[in-house]
Amino acid sequence: MKATFAELGFPGRLIAVEGLDGSGKSTQVHLLQRWLEQQGCRVFFSEWNSSALVKSATSKGKKQNLLTPTTFSLIHATDFADRYERQLVPLLRAGYLVLCDRYVFTAFARDVVRGCPPDWVRGLYSFAALPDMTFFFKAPLEVSLARILDNRPVLKFHEAGLDLKLSADPYESFRLFQGRIFEQYLALSTEFNFHLIDAVQRIELQQGLVRQLVAHHVDLPGFVSKRPA
Amino acid sequence: MPFTRKAKRIPPPASVPVPPASRAHFYGHGLPGVELEKLNGKLIVVEGADGSGRSTQIAQLVRWLEGSGHATLQVGLKRSTLVSEELEQAQHGNILSHTTLSLFYATDFADQLEHAILPALRAGIIVLADRYIYTLMARDMVRGIDPVWLRNLYGIALVPDAVFYLEVPPRELVQRVFAKNQALDFWESGMDLGLSRDMFDSFLQYQKLMQKTFRQLRETYEFTIIDGSRSPQVVTTELQTRIEALLCSEGAADSPTATARAA
Repeated sequence: MKATFAELGFPGRLIAVEGLDGSGKSTQVHLLQRWLEQQGCRVFFSEWNSSALVKSATSKGKKQNLLTPTTFSLIHATDFADRYERQLVPLLRAGYLVLCDRYVFTAFARDVVRGCPPDWVRGLYSFAALPDMTFFFKAPLEVSLARILDNRPVLKFHEAGLDLKLSADPYESFRLFQGRIFEQYLALSTEFNFHLIDAVQRIELQQGLVRQLVAHHVDLPGFVSKRPA
Repeated sequence: MPFTRKAKRIPPPASVPVPPASRAHFYGHGLPGVELEKLNGKLIVVEGADGSGRSTQIAQLVRWLEGSGHATLQVGLKRSTLVSEELEQAQHGNILSHTTLSLFYATDFADQLEHAILPALRAGIIVLADRYIYTLMARDMVRGIDPVWLRNLYGIALVPDAVFYLEVPPRELVQRVFAKNQALDFWESGMDLGLSRDMFDSFLQYQKLMQKTFRQLRETYEFTIIDGSRSPQVVTTELQTRIEALLCSEGAADSPTATARAA
């Protein structure tokens, strides 16, 4: 891959949050967005797997069990490319703070665990620049698992990694699947210099740290809209 | 029984020159978990622009192959169960950007490769592909997409047993298209590239670019260029001759001698 948006000369900045499901990253990025908006910053939020056109194919694929590791990877790459080219890049050009709930690292971790060759996946996403900051919400596996199972007792097929045939039991499968993704994330965090946040801490403490880091790394006043609210 | 003694004295078969059975393989990283040795069928690709005679030739080949006792399957672009509907929608709406459209097509391709082509090859069927990765790559390259990125993306593709590119001069192509449709297609004229405001001019320029790109691709990917400007019967005969040769050279690998040696 390449450089960050800052290094490429974009006026905007992209902040990504990564972590396992149940790591609390979505809560944190939502609170971050609030804070930035309250300061009057130009902010845009984008989440993984949200492009409308691709969504219908993805849900069809999941329902009919048509997705293989390769098509699963490609369909998510398509979704990402759509958001990237149509929204993220233009907004970054226009000097926005773009917050992404999940970025390319999610694909690097998940697709590899599913069996896709790492080089191929990296190559697939090589058109995308790197985030200016990436937060990795790190919680012990058991904590993440407990949080998800707390909220949603029924595990969906692909979420549990049942297509990998690690176990016939969805909970066991999920455990093993998420465990492998976690390992991938740990390796990525070193390679891509993630900012590690202890996801076991209280929400307020985590958010405080996130805000501090963002304020330190990003020139926030530069993102405040000149026009009166 | 009566020949037993004689059989014992016959020396073991000398090294009979057996052409190497072409091993199925991928262009690059390929698809995970595919047992290549189990792919017994043949993958034959017919490439070319709209109007090059692809559909006519494929129909002929299917008739001929099935007449000779081979089971066949036809595949083509935008036919996957997974994304074909969405792709149609996207193309009409003109709402997707290049990389996205490219990946959408790649998803369609991958889905067909996994769910249609490979199972057919495992069953020993001859798969006739109406276009393959080369049109997809050429279209993207003409639109400025990085060829290195494309090569990595399509590393998932199985290397076909034969690729025939029906090359027809653009001026001839345009005549054939009009004879069929009385109108030029927006995408096949490359109108999105802004080559010309005039669709006719745009078509000629675009098809020239595509041909140039196909010739470029030939430096990396092996394919046979067929003069598609000749009569359909002449083209069919040439294709049949070449395919016959392909199937026969594989036939040696199935011969009793080869099978015995392999055992």
